[in-house]
Amino acid sequence: MQITAHMAGTILQVCVQPGDTVQAGDEVVVLESMKMEMPITALAGGTVREVRVQSGDVVQEDDVLVVLDDG
Amino acid sequence: MFDTVLIANRGEIACRVIRACRQLGIKTVAVYSAADSASPHVAMADTAVLIGPPPAGQSYLNQDAVLEAATAAHANAIHPGYGFLSENAGFAERCAERGLVFVGPTPAAISSMGDKLNARRLAVEAGMPVVPGTPDAVVDVDDSRAAAARIGYPLLVKASAGGGGIGMSVVRADSQLEAAVRTARSRAGRAFGNDAVFFERFLDQPRHIEVQVFGDHAGALVHLFERECSVQRRYQKVIEEAPSPAVNPVLRQQLTGAALNVARRVGYTSAGTIECILDAQRDFYFLEMNTRLQVEHPITEAITGCDLVQAQLRVAMGEPLPWQQADVQLRGHAIECRVYAEDPETFLPSPGRISRYVEPSLPDVRIDSGVAQGSEVSVFYDPLLAKVIAWGPTRPQAIARMVDGLSAFEIEGIRTNIPLHLRALRSAEFERGDYNTSLLETLGRSLENVR
Repeated sequence: MQITAHMAGTILQVCVQPGDTVQAGDEVVVLESMKMEMPITALAGGTVREVRVQSGDVVQEDDVLVVLDDG
Repeated sequence: MFDTVLIANRGEIACRVIRACRQLGIKTVAVYSAADSASPHVAMADTAVLIGPPPAGQSYLNQDAVLEAATAAHANAIHPGYGFLSENAGFAERCAERGLVFVGPTPAAISSMGDKLNARRLAVEAGMPVVPGTPDAVVDVDDSRAAAARIGYPLLVKASAGGGGIGMSVVRADSQLEAAVRTARSRAGRAFGNDAVFFERFLDQPRHIEVQVFGDHAGALVHLFERECSVQRRYQKVIEEAPSPAVNPVLRQQLTGAALNVARRVGYTSAGTIECILDAQRDFYFLEMNTRLQVEHPITEAITGCDLVQAQLRVAMGEPLPWQQADVQLRGHAIECRVYAEDPETFLPSPGRISRYVEPSLPDVRIDSGVAQGSEVSVFYDPLLAKVIAWGPTRPQAIARMVDGLSAFEIEGIRTNIPLHLRALRSAEFERGDYNTSLLETLGRSLENVR
């Protein structure tokens, strides 16, 4: 499952790393856009396979941020 | 007389300052990030210097780049606008070290009021009531619990180095206290580099009233009446008005008198604002002092006829205040609506390219804008596009003119909060002048119920 950016912005914080187990509702990334901090949460549980961004990266809408293996 | 002023800001306030400089015959230097190369403020200035890549930390907050640009362009002074470096005492000091005049108060006044706990202490010393709270930063869990017991719930956990509503959280019970303090600490540490927090009693649904003050280097100090800024969302101001419908002449006298006492205590120069909270009993309490020009300064200009930015420049050049207190008269009523690039329903930011932009052209409707047709609204800065300021001889007329102005303001390509403004202006509470900081939340809820 791919967790994507719902809009363009800057990655403020990455809250997970490969291997972590996440549950639905867990915060995986904090995105900032126009001074608004928006937590991006996992819609379903799983294990983090890939983290494609780091703090400071500028992302566009629909960019893949984190890839999960279904739990 | 300044020959050249560098404006260390962007968007509408940069345009505003450039305009004032032009009116005074002062040459202007704009600075811009790579994201703003086509921004109106760049074209408006006499010269423009690229100071860095888009992120604010690498451009508008990049002190070295700004100072280098000022030196290279032979600027005499730097106007910091609001936000960014405007309340950075260290930057103000560096300007002075380089022989550049910082258009604003002294570094000492900035530091003094920048520490919110210290500001509260100063207000108390000046005889102004403050919201009941802790006199010092909260040290540990026991300290927290004791303070909470004294102040009572609900209370607000605030960052001492903060301001503008950033990093605050409401705590309603002992069980929430520890977690709230921990979160506030980490947020404050991240945002301000200082994790000291303190507590204040939380006043439910207060009104936010602030007083504009202005001082010069000869020690003259005046007030320019109050503004009401209670229409807010998440502590961000959305609509402001002057004078406040909640303030009668007796309260006005007390408020402005108290505000001047606080400003006098810091030996304040240039433009400043004393922010207060008015509770349900119409008792006022000091919240904080903003040692800079504020976003909403135009409504004060509209009701007094005083140009605050020109005055800042004059005072910075060593001139006396252009007005004595008796010259500052209240005339009519003014409202400001902040047009933000945001979805009026989800409140999410709305970046993108403005495909169509047509400002209303109505008497007594002023637009302070930082964008134009074709402007790219990027993700790197705050979402303020423009301010609409309407003046009328009476409050109902000011409201009517604002509604006309907003209805005729065409912005396409991105979403704006104009529909939200119209809803707020047309609400019974706003029309009666009987509203508080819960207005937008209440309107939002009633809208959901209708759906």
